[in-house]
Amino acid sequence: MQPMAKKSDLLPGTLDLLILKTLTRAPQHGYGIALSIKQSSQDFLTVEEGSLYPALQRLLLQGWVKAEWKKTETNRRARYYTLTQSGRKQLGVELSQFQRMIAAIGRVLQDA
Amino acid sequence: MNSLLRFFRQFWILLRREKFNNELEEEMAFHREHAEKQLQADGLPPQAAQHAARRQFGSALRLKEASHDIVGFRFESVLQDFRFALRQLRKNPGFTATAALMLALGMCASIAIFAFVDAALLKPLPYRDPSTLVAVFESTSAFPHSNLSYPDYLDWKKLNTVFRSLDIFDGNEMILTTPSGAQPTHGARVSDGFFRTLGVAPVLGRDFAPGEDLPSAARTVLLSYATWQQRYGGNKDVLGQTVVLDGNANVIIGVLPADFHFAPAEPAAFWTTMHASSGCDIRRSCHGLYGVARLKDGVSLSTALANVTAIAAQLEKLYPDDNMGQGASLTTLTEYIVGDIRPILFVLLCGAGLLLLIASINVASLLLVRSESRKREVAVRTALGASRVRLTRQFVTEGLVLVAAGSVLGLGSAYWTMQLLTKLIPQNMLARMTFLRGLGFTARVWVFAAIISVLAAALFSLTPTLHFSWSQIRDSLAEGSRAHAGNTWRRVGSKLVVLELATAVVLLVGAGLLGKSLYLLLQVDIGMRPEHLATLSIDAPNSNYEKNPQAIALERRVIREMAVLPGVESVGITSDIPVTHWGNTTWLRVLGRPWNGHDHIDVPERDVNPEYFTTLGAKLVRGRYFTEGEDASKPHVVIINQAFAKEYFPGEDPIGKQLSHISVAPDPMEIVGIVQDIKEGQLDTVNQGAVYIPFEQSPNNYFNVVLRTSQAEQSLLPAMRAAIHQIDPDIITPAGSSMLEVINGSPSAYMHRSSAWLVGGFALLALLLGIVGLYGVVAYSVSQRTREIGIRMALGAQSRSVYQLILKEAGRLIAIGLVIGLVCSIAAATLMRTLLFSVRSWDVPTLAAVAAVLAIFALLASYIPARRAASLDPVETLRAE
Repeated sequence: MQPMAKKSDLLPGTLDLLILKTLTRAPQHGYGIALSIKQSSQDFLTVEEGSLYPALQRLLLQGWVKAEWKKTETNRRARYYTLTQSGRKQLGVELSQFQRMIAAIGRVLQDA
Repeated sequence: MNSLLRFFRQFWILLRREKFNNELEEEMAFHREHAEKQLQADGLPPQAAQHAARRQFGSALRLKEASHDIVGFRFESVLQDFRFALRQLRKNPGFTATAALMLALGMCASIAIFAFVDAALLKPLPYRDPSTLVAVFESTSAFPHSNLSYPDYLDWKKLNTVFRSLDIFDGNEMILTTPSGAQPTHGARVSDGFFRTLGVAPVLGRDFAPGEDLPSAARTVLLSYATWQQRYGGNKDVLGQTVVLDGNANVIIGVLPADFHFAPAEPAAFWTTMHASSGCDIRRSCHGLYGVARLKDGVSLSTALANVTAIAAQLEKLYPDDNMGQGASLTTLTEYIVGDIRPILFVLLCGAGLLLLIASINVASLLLVRSESRKREVAVRTALGASRVRLTRQFVTEGLVLVAAGSVLGLGSAYWTMQLLTKLIPQNMLARMTFLRGLGFTARVWVFAAIISVLAAALFSLTPTLHFSWSQIRDSLAEGSRAHAGNTWRRVGSKLVVLELATAVVLLVGAGLLGKSLYLLLQVDIGMRPEHLATLSIDAPNSNYEKNPQAIALERRVIREMAVLPGVESVGITSDIPVTHWGNTTWLRVLGRPWNGHDHIDVPERDVNPEYFTTLGAKLVRGRYFTEGEDASKPHVVIINQAFAKEYFPGEDPIGKQLSHISVAPDPMEIVGIVQDIKEGQLDTVNQGAVYIPFEQSPNNYFNVVLRTSQAEQSLLPAMRAAIHQIDPDIITPAGSSMLEVINGSPSAYMHRSSAWLVGGFALLALLLGIVGLYGVVAYSVSQRTREIGIRMALGAQSRSVYQLILKEAGRLIAIGLVIGLVCSIAAATLMRTLLFSVRSWDVPTLAAVAAVLAIFALLASYIPARRAASLDPVETLRAE
């Protein structure tokens, strides 16, 4: 079975980074996170639901985010994810890693 | 720290799995709803928006599984696989039971036989450093392992430079005096250092002290652990108590360890010291003891042998009258104890292994057929999103469950098989195979069983897995691809069947050869009619019967009492029962021939009464039997057997010639008769020259009664024993049985019979499994070719040509299997030469019979599906497709 083609493939490992970064602004529910990433990337990045929820579970297990059920503006129940202290630390680590990677890739591409 | 927290969170989720699922579902529903709204806002109609959202979202189930994989523990999915495997296997009880039973059968046979191998060959003997222990013998031309005499032992001990210590032992029947009368028991006499040489220390009390085996020392005895437990209730105060053995009082000084055994002297309840003071013990010419020694560090067996051979040569020169022709021989103690049983166990282990192989192949083919029929299921599950890894894990789990069930059954039945096989060993042989006390589930047996299980598990889980990587799964969804898949199976399956048939041939040939050996062995001319003969050995105490007139009086009384028992036709007396051994020899020379003073004829001597030969049903070749009253007062006479006449009187008439013992002044014995060879030794031995002397000219207080009776022999034994005890309650009657039992229970007959039956059993099972395997392949091939056959018949093929089609295919497999099997079995039979008796390893009738039997059964097995194919209704078949 071939996996279904994706609209735009994320670099591996960047989904966690994007989620953590999104949550620095405000607690969000899953749909909100996906929407936020889509909008901030001006529709370039689409987070697949198939990856989003497993990723959220992973972050929960690591203790980088917390989840609680709250009412939305439209008075619906939704699970909101909040960044924890260790999540903020992790974001720093991942961010610097990511920037080093981008810089490295950039240098390679320049030389070529 | 972090991973610990992670574990707790994971565990927390596991406990609230229901809640987790609900929340996840709610969250995703929320997401889907919002996505749908967004799409509607973008201008899509509601219905289309819903579909688009669903499509974008993908399979909700798969999404949930992805989340589960992250928060779930690994064992959860394993558990799931396990439950699914159980369900699958339950759904197919026929398959499951057949596969598990076949595996259990193979495991049972191989584990049980391995346990025997372990107890006899792998488990080290219970002595310190057994590899440096050797069994020490003298040797003669007739007996490569003959016994030491006590004076020789003392000289060997003094003169040798290769042994750290040398000791002797001798297992015997003994008379135990108890308050309720004399009882037969078994004991051993050993020299003082015997247990120190073995490196065994008593668990209670002390070992024999140096010098305690001398005639001047007080008599002492060590108890075997079993005797201590059974006869003395395990009381510690046995030390210092007295035991009367053979009329001598012995003080108990210790108890041997529970795991101690020493097969060559067993069964021994009491271990006493030599006390060589009279008779055979002090005569150098009386070779009756066994030696055991511990080699000095760095001394090899051959070095040691060279040393003792030189000593024996030296003694031969010094004492030609006593030691003429007495050499030396050594073997490792391990070889001496288990050497005889090694080839038979090796053959049995190979047989069991082959059976296991066939059983495994059969199960593997069953799994292949099954995975063939599950091809659709797999394809559907793959299409629904099951990953390759997950599917593989599923098959592995099913294989493991199957192996687990087979293993449990196999282990359980192996336990019972061990008990059963032990019970099948005759009691008197089992008593001497003391090493079998260690039989059971030892660590090594567990490891062996574990290895088999792991291999089986690997085989059974890999078979279907590999099968699915052979063929493209997606193809299976397409109609009409079945022929292709069937071909794969037919190719592999038919190879497996050839292997199975070849293995079955090897086992059948092995069983055939062993069976023929047994048959020929039991057909051996033993020079008598063994039916309706009852035998009883009589051991009268030295105190009242040691003198010749006493022994003769007893013999006459015994004959009188026996003759009046109901149904008794005649009474024979002999010093040794036939079909036991060629030992108890005497040294003779022919009078009237030039003699150098020490050359001699070394042949078995049997002291018999006049009626002995007619009682046995022996055949007189020439001359006469002994007559009543031929006792010491009459001229001495002797009867020789044909082998003796042929060897020592070639071209001469022996009747009237005179023989004489050599170590004393000539005592002429006239040869009065020649009797046809009676098999004195084991059935598989060659006849040797033997002499028969009138009992009353060479009496002894130990002899055997042989009765010819018109009644059942067994029913006579109690009356015989009672009559003997009537004469004197202190006389013991250690062994009594019918002559047929003596012959059938003799070690050679037993060895041949047990190996023939066991390998025969393995072979029958192998034949059955192989035939079932062949049937499976042919039947499957027919079911795959139904359509082809239907078309052929619709186009006018006769049922004869359909038979041909199927049987040709089966015939090819059978032929290849037969040829491979026959070649392999000749090689295998060469390996088990030592177990064959007057049969060559390439015995043509056996090979031909096996080939015929296998071919007939195999053709029969393929005929059934062929007939089904030939009776197909072509219209039916084509419609069904």
